[in-house]
Amino acid sequence: MIHSLFLINCSGDIFLEKHWKSVVSQSVCDYFFEAQEKAIDVENVPPVISTPHHYLISIYRDKIFFVSVIQTEVPPLFVIEFLHRVADTFQDYFGECSETAIKDNVVIVYELLEEMLDNGFPLATESNILKELIKPPTILRSVVNSITGSSNVGDTLPTGQLSNIPWRRAGVKYTNNEAYFDVIEEIDAIIDKSGSTVFAEIQGVIDSCIKLSGMPDLSLSFMNPRLLDDVSFHPCIRFKRWESERVLSFIPPDGNFRLISYRVSSQNLVAIPVYVKHMISFKENTSSGRFDVTIGPKQNMGKTVEGVVMTVHMPKAVLNMNLTATQGSYTFDPVTKVLTWDVGKITPQKLPNLKGIVNLQSGAPKPEENPSLNIQFKIQQLAISGLKVNRLDMYGEKYKPFKGSSFVSDGEQEPKSLSSQNFT
Amino acid sequence: MTDSKYFTTTKKGEIFELKAELNSDKKEKKKEAVKKVIASMTVGKDVSALFPDVVNCMQTDNLELKKLVYLYLMNYAKSQPDMAIMAVNTFVKDCEDPNPLIRALAVRTMGCIRVDKITEYLCEPLRKCLKDEDPYVRKTAAVCVAKLHDINAQLVEDQGFLDTLKDLISDSNPMVVANAVAALSEIAESHPSSNLLDLNPQSINKLLTALNECTEWGQIFILDCLANYMPKDDREAQSICERVTPRLSHANSAVVLSAVKVLMKFMEMLSKDLDYYGTLLKKLAPPLVTLLSAEPELQYVALRNINLIVQKRPEILKHEMKVFFVKYNDPIYVKLEKLDIMIRLASQANIAQVLAELKEYATEVDVDFVRKAVRAIGRCAIKVEQSAERCVSTLLDLIQTKVNYVVQEAIVVIKDIFRKYPNKYESVIATLCENLDSLDEPEARAAMIWIVGEYAERIDNADELLESFLEGFHDESTQVQLQLLTAIVKLFLKKPTETQELVQQVLSLATQDSDNPDLRDRGYIYWRLLSTDPVAAKEVVLAEKPLISEETDLIEPTLLDELICYIGTLASVYHKPPSAFVEGSRGVTHKSLLPRTGSNESVESPDTAPSGGPAADQPSVIPTQGDLLGDLLNLDLGPPVSGPPMATAPVQMGAVDLLGGGLDILLRSDVGGSPAMGGTGGSFTPAPNTAAPTNVGAPLGTGLGDLFDLTGGVGTLSGSYVAPKTVWLPAMKAKGLEISGTFSRQVGSISMDLVLTNKALQVMSDFAIQFNRNSFGLAPAAPLQVHAPLAPNQSVEISLPLNTVGSVMKMDPLNNLQVAVKNNIDVFYFSTLYPLHILFVEDGKMERQMFLATWKDIPNENETQFQIKDCSLNADAVSSKLQGSNIFTVAKRNVEGQDMLYQSLKLTNGIWVLAELRIQPSNPNLTLSLKCRAPEVSQYIYQAYETILKN
Repeated sequence: MIHSLFLINCSGDIFLEKHWKSVVSQSVCDYFFEAQEKAIDVENVPPVISTPHHYLISIYRDKIFFVSVIQTEVPPLFVIEFLHRVADTFQDYFGECSETAIKDNVVIVYELLEEMLDNGFPLATESNILKELIKPPTILRSVVNSITGSSNVGDTLPTGQLSNIPWRRAGVKYTNNEAYFDVIEEIDAIIDKSGSTVFAEIQGVIDSCIKLSGMPDLSLSFMNPRLLDDVSFHPCIRFKRWESERVLSFIPPDGNFRLISYRVSSQNLVAIPVYVKHMISFKENTSSGRFDVTIGPKQNMGKTVEGVVMTVHMPKAVLNMNLTATQGSYTFDPVTKVLTWDVGKITPQKLPNLKGIVNLQSGAPKPEENPSLNIQFKIQQLAISGLKVNRLDMYGEKYKPFKGSSFVSDGEQEPKSLSSQNFT
Repeated sequence: MTDSKYFTTTKKGEIFELKAELNSDKKEKKKEAVKKVIASMTVGKDVSALFPDVVNCMQTDNLELKKLVYLYLMNYAKSQPDMAIMAVNTFVKDCEDPNPLIRALAVRTMGCIRVDKITEYLCEPLRKCLKDEDPYVRKTAAVCVAKLHDINAQLVEDQGFLDTLKDLISDSNPMVVANAVAALSEIAESHPSSNLLDLNPQSINKLLTALNECTEWGQIFILDCLANYMPKDDREAQSICERVTPRLSHANSAVVLSAVKVLMKFMEMLSKDLDYYGTLLKKLAPPLVTLLSAEPELQYVALRNINLIVQKRPEILKHEMKVFFVKYNDPIYVKLEKLDIMIRLASQANIAQVLAELKEYATEVDVDFVRKAVRAIGRCAIKVEQSAERCVSTLLDLIQTKVNYVVQEAIVVIKDIFRKYPNKYESVIATLCENLDSLDEPEARAAMIWIVGEYAERIDNADELLESFLEGFHDESTQVQLQLLTAIVKLFLKKPTETQELVQQVLSLATQDSDNPDLRDRGYIYWRLLSTDPVAAKEVVLAEKPLISEETDLIEPTLLDELICYIGTLASVYHKPPSAFVEGSRGVTHKSLLPRTGSNESVESPDTAPSGGPAADQPSVIPTQGDLLGDLLNLDLGPPVSGPPMATAPVQMGAVDLLGGGLDILLRSDVGGSPAMGGTGGSFTPAPNTAAPTNVGAPLGTGLGDLFDLTGGVGTLSGSYVAPKTVWLPAMKAKGLEISGTFSRQVGSISMDLVLTNKALQVMSDFAIQFNRNSFGLAPAAPLQVHAPLAPNQSVEISLPLNTVGSVMKMDPLNNLQVAVKNNIDVFYFSTLYPLHILFVEDGKMERQMFLATWKDIPNENETQFQIKDCSLNADAVSSKLQGSNIFTVAKRNVEGQDMLYQSLKLTNGIWVLAELRIQPSNPNLTLSLKCRAPEVSQYIYQAYETILKN
């Protein structure tokens, strides 16, 4: 199982090490640095590296490499999932998962790591159990501790640890009982030159924030559960009821958590809420070209499209661009050849437009490649897949909670390509 | 007020200052000091000098301080074992604490202190904690057993912790079950032969129940453990699958992949006609696709596994091509994997889409990716015939871009396309020739030269082109040189008149000026071919080439099956079996997919199902079926034998035996006399021959061994060892009739060779013989035939054929045979002991896999060990000697100078006996370990071994 963990920052310093079995020398990280050098870009470091005596499995999160050392045959996904869980926990405890945060709370970090893994086996990874064992640092608590001499280490056994619902602790109390569900959908589509959809897929998640007292048993039903055919559930969801009745029935964890994530594939037709009119051409022998792009809303059911950002990877021959935008601002990075246009909100009355001249390297041949347009946007109050919540019921407790749900559609990527087909 | 303050140090001796603080009276100060110590530890600073001072802080009510001290102890106890003893008392006391958290903490920490002396003190508290009333303590204790096993395996076994751990599998708390399974799996990994995780339907049921209730990590352990189980029949497999399927919707991707592994493995047992089979296939696709929307690291591992799954069962993902389209922001390692899977999924239905995508990729920035994309286009052409035309035109478009590396890759793949579809796309050659000058990579140059040579008759200036390459012949890489040589010879055969000079030039370059043996040899061969018989040369060089196969990069099916069993593990990421890379391979167990069984076929007893599925695990001491090469090496690198290995071969008796002996001699003289013969024998093992050039005896031995294997049929003709006759019935006791005899076995039939001597004064007649019931049902197959009456002082030799279909009764000793002989005078009784080897049947050679499986399957209690004293034969001699008596050597290997022979034999009543024979070169005593389901026979087998080997 997991032997040791090293945390390494971007400049290659090992700023924390933890061993769960015998101590493994830091020099093992040299193999990692070697791979890192080879990869050039930090994001391209391969996640599994083999060395003569160990295997290094790493993830890259928030500018920190979490490098774990493995000696025996273990499922790498297991390790990767666990490392992400460690990063999530740090995030949860310190508000951010950064080198400074970890260094500032090194003792807590150490205590946490010790609680999370025993002999390489995960022990307690649920945030609410951990929080009972080791209280998160707050200024108030550190003041109280220094006065009373008490510590931020819990001295009783966490209640949830062994129950059938390890994600919830007993005795939760709120004055205002609230339950919020955020449906966030990301649409990922490839559209060809003529405007028809080559590939579209919706990745959705329902993030919940539940602040309910006691042991509430919730069931959430949808108007159109058929949409959800490929789902991953939080362990709290009773799979059997979903199979038979298509109802999400669960005793929720306390606080923020991801209830389900789902994928709606292109088989169910997806309507793309924006369109792009484009005109990009390069003139022969003049080392310049024209650029004219307009973005407009389409079938958005009366909701506004906001947070629109367009990025274009221009051909290598492009030197710079002289454009005027009717709305928002644009930047062009001559090194990476990326044009970014921050549009903002789209108002149907006045469609945002960006046009102007493209300057090419003199003497360079007319670029063959067609740039691909990549558009990000956001629509509030609308789930693009058409998913609708029917009702939320609560059993097991007497009070009446405040219920709320919100919808956000995130057009995370909507590439518009000028070539017959493109990818992003 | 952050912890970073702990990192700041004052100028004068940090350690000294910390020491003072640790010994301070104030609790707060102590705690701060310990925190500082821990902080230094986290960055790898050595603070072991403070050991006694930190340990002094251990006796405290403050849980945080206690935990911190424990953290310190775990890190440094190893370097200060004597000091660590000081802490033991506190641990033992804490194990009795009313607070379960503290009990668990103590037992957990104690397990992490890797000091031998401490482990002794750990046993008692651990035993208590394993039976603790609080499940939290029990589950912590379960892991602690694994820790302890890592430090001192013997202790754990002696103390019986393993049994307690096994009991925990049936614990009422799912968390405890999961941890017990995890601990057992880890222990089992270092003890591949032990059957720690002996699963039966009841325990499986427990695990499946626990699966639903335990944490995600526990689910992974349980699923991985389930995957090692072999269901009895397809119904059981289906019910397990049904209960595992919900895990596919888990948010933790490791759970999902482990569940996929179980399903993929058990699916093998389900009949394809079942409705459920189809449902299951459908259910597998969405979770696999979902894995691709996770973080890139997870995607990478998932893709490596999907690659295997797609090869095994392409139907699962055949409609999901689009999810493997590359995104521009994917890390390169994800892009390359996706590309690979795209090609695997490419079919006539989706080829247009795939090609369009690939063409886009070929204009990307990343060179590696572009190359792979170009190569992928070529692979599509070879895989989907209908698309070949389009692929070729796409490649031509790419060549027009004149991007150097794109052109080169395109030419390499076009060469492959030519090989798959000869005489179809030659029109493109002209375009290719235009780019001749830009090629600077050996592979591309070699490909281009091949094309020119192959189609020399259609290229007008082929000779010029090749000549231009020839100028820098010596600077080219070997690959290009070889290709150039062949191409010019091809050209010469096609256009002999104009190119004579050229071919001579290249032949002399290759044979005289080159010091590369491959090139020289090829040059000479061509030269001789051309000078002796140009027609033959034409036939050889311009022979029709076999079409290249559709997919050359598929994983070999047996390896694929094995890898499917390792889905989700490192093996699946490397696409290699763990034995190929796990360090020391001590923990390696071989797994194989289950056979598809009908509901009534039993897989349980490998004894009766010779070709049935091999059991899941095999002991690591025996070489695995994969490393044939390793075996060969072992064979050859054995200890040097003195003299020709067969010199001590037995000279056997009897008429047939003479033949056998004669054969031996013939073979020997052949090998000795003509090295060519030895060469053919050894030609299968060229590497070992070069590896041990000084050891002349050994390779010869291999040759012999091979020959013997080949002539196995002849070998058995010579029959098993026959003991000299002994007097069974003295004349005194039988009114003048003396019977002496022995048993023999020849060509599968057993006979009792008798000599009847009449020592009385009267003629004897009317002989008859009968056997009492005996252990192996031996009975006369024919009546005792003495043709003429036996005159006084006359003797007659009779061979009485025996069979083994008589009635069975267990005798003591086992090989006791009671015989009654009647003649005209009286009935006489005597008993004799027959050597067991007459019962060894000819088909007693077990397949190697089978052997491994059976060896593991037979419980260790059934193993008995014997010493065969004063046998100075070497392994090969022993092996061939035993083979004569139907004891077959399944495998041989050399461990630290000792030869280990793994042998199998089968008795007439179907009992298999497995043997391991250890031969040390310096020690005349051999060690024989026998494993058999009927351990009572072992002793007699040993006797048989001894008789055979000593004679």
